[in-house]
Amino acid sequence: MTVLEVDGLFKEFPIRSGLLQRETGRVRAVQDVSFSIGRGETLALVGESGCGKTTVARCILRALPPTAGAIRFSPEPGRTIDMAPLSRRALRPLRRHIQMIFQDPYASLNPRMMVGDIIAEPMLVNAVPAAQRQVRVRELLDLVGLPAAARTRFPHAFSGGQRQRIGIARALALDPTLVVADEPVSALDVSVQAQIINLLLDLQDRLRLSMLFVAHDLGVVRHVSDRVAVMYVGRIVETAPTAALYTRPRHPYTEALLAAVPKPDPALRDQASAPAGEIADPANPPRGCAFHPRCPYAESRCRTELPMLQEIAPAHWSACHRTAELSLRGVA
Amino acid sequence: MQPTPMVEPLSAARHVLSVRDLVVDFVQDTGAVRALDGVSLDLHAGRVLGVVGESGCGKSVTARAILRLIDRPGRIAAGRVLLDPGSPEQQDLAALDPESRAMRAVRGGRIGLIFQEPMTALSVHYTVGNQIIEAVRAHSDLSKAAARERVVTLLHEVGIPRPETRIDAYPFQLSGGLRQRVGIALALAADPEILIADEPTTALDVTTQAQILALLRRLQRTKGVALMLITHDMGVIAQMADDVAVMYLGRIVEFAPVARLFTAPRHPYTRALLRSVPNLRAVPRERLATIGGAVPHPGARPVGCPFHPRCPEVIAGLCESQAPPVVPPDQAGASCFHATAEASA
Repeated sequence: MTVLEVDGLFKEFPIRSGLLQRETGRVRAVQDVSFSIGRGETLALVGESGCGKTTVARCILRALPPTAGAIRFSPEPGRTIDMAPLSRRALRPLRRHIQMIFQDPYASLNPRMMVGDIIAEPMLVNAVPAAQRQVRVRELLDLVGLPAAARTRFPHAFSGGQRQRIGIARALALDPTLVVADEPVSALDVSVQAQIINLLLDLQDRLRLSMLFVAHDLGVVRHVSDRVAVMYVGRIVETAPTAALYTRPRHPYTEALLAAVPKPDPALRDQASAPAGEIADPANPPRGCAFHPRCPYAESRCRTELPMLQEIAPAHWSACHRTAELSLRGVA
Repeated sequence: MQPTPMVEPLSAARHVLSVRDLVVDFVQDTGAVRALDGVSLDLHAGRVLGVVGESGCGKSVTARAILRLIDRPGRIAAGRVLLDPGSPEQQDLAALDPESRAMRAVRGGRIGLIFQEPMTALSVHYTVGNQIIEAVRAHSDLSKAAARERVVTLLHEVGIPRPETRIDAYPFQLSGGLRQRVGIALALAADPEILIADEPTTALDVTTQAQILALLRRLQRTKGVALMLITHDMGVIAQMADDVAVMYLGRIVEFAPVARLFTAPRHPYTRALLRSVPNLRAVPRERLATIGGAVPHPGARPVGCPFHPRCPEVIAGLCESQAPPVVPPDQAGASCFHATAEASA
């Protein structure tokens, strides 16, 4: 069953300059992005900075109004609403069903509020009775592995990992249908990051959470996601079940990303490689395939013709003209 | 098992810097917090020492202490930082005034520094060329024109396209990757023998990171400099380091040549850290090994072995009360009673 279906999403930001702040151009941050997330499924949206992954997440949360496209959301079985055109007021009853886990556990918790109140706040806003809130806060603390005594303490008393647990408890307070996590472990130390990844895996199993996991770390993504969508300069260039994407990438950009990760194995030294050049400017993307100036396989068609996503294997989509003929390297 | 030397005795690798028993305290109202608790290490010409650990382990403090960049209320409480150890020109940087002429000649002269965020080292008000030219001239007697020519060469060396025009760009006109290349050019301005890079690629995207690491490796090899590479990323260590120092709570807990660190880590902390790294080959939904608890605040340093409250192999009655012996620099080994027992067995 589908919880979220994003269909042909576009988001453009005007570039203004001069005295009159005239619009002189547009940053096409998100272009024609489509994907869906099933109940209990985690989809990872990966890519480098400026690829548009966070903008997609913010459109889904309707922190940003999309320029075009549909965002069909099913808060409960049998009810589907396109959130893209809704007003703030019309969105309000839907907000409790989509919650967010933030990257920075230091900036995302109010230092003047006690942990119990932080976790209870979404319930307070949604008029959950006080007695019920109390019970639920205890349940949630237990769920994320914090002692009940944490309730009456302030965030500064907690480490980064514990604060991220508090943020996760708050996100789960209203039993959301969909959780959007934007780089939830990238600010944490390795040993703590492992604890939070395991917690997210446990929660996925226990609560059948549906999750959009926005991240740049391909190692983390491999552990937590069922499917992966790779973005480059505003577009999804490849999407596949997680194992398939890593073992047999079908887009040259995915191959380049996997090759660039420094592997924790000295025997693989000097095999790391980086694509030449720099990430294209989304205000002025190259014609044709945006990756063509950096792509070792580019041919003349790639410079002029935009490749469309095509299903190259079951549930495996790639937007590359040469996807069928290329044999790309993944991680075995 | 006998401790093995990290550097083959026959190799010509020359000590260029030796840190001995370095202690750094941050003095606060509530008392002194010990950030470094007796660190000893050696840097060798032409070799890369990777320094790895989690936040608060003291890896950046070590770098800043070597360069005498520790600000108040921090201070070097004990220890020596010997440049050209054993030679007639040996200098103890720890004994110099941080603002002295001698120290300024070392900082940015004999020792170049690469920061995580290149804007730490660059000013927004001047072109990149002017800033590097200034650094070149501060450490040489080149004329302005000759220095400019040298900077164009440097920018070319660090892989900046069209260096003749980019030399007049302001830092904000450059991408993150190009800025870090400029940061590297700045560190190389005075042709240093030692480079200290503190998380040089942490702020960069993965494809840019791969480019910058390849550049650092190439420069380090061709120039034969001693590189001290500080990182939290075991992947970066595996790809870059010759020798590795693992730090925990202000101490070096393990020294090892890189291959050995990954195949036969000796300290329980190193083993746990390696197991907790997410794996590109994981099976779907694979759990990671974790280390219980969190790194304690340096102000609440545990008695005995600093790792004992989190250690799965703690020896009751020993690790809680006694600190394990420190690892001598230049020898592979772990500061752990288990490793000591193995070595003497």
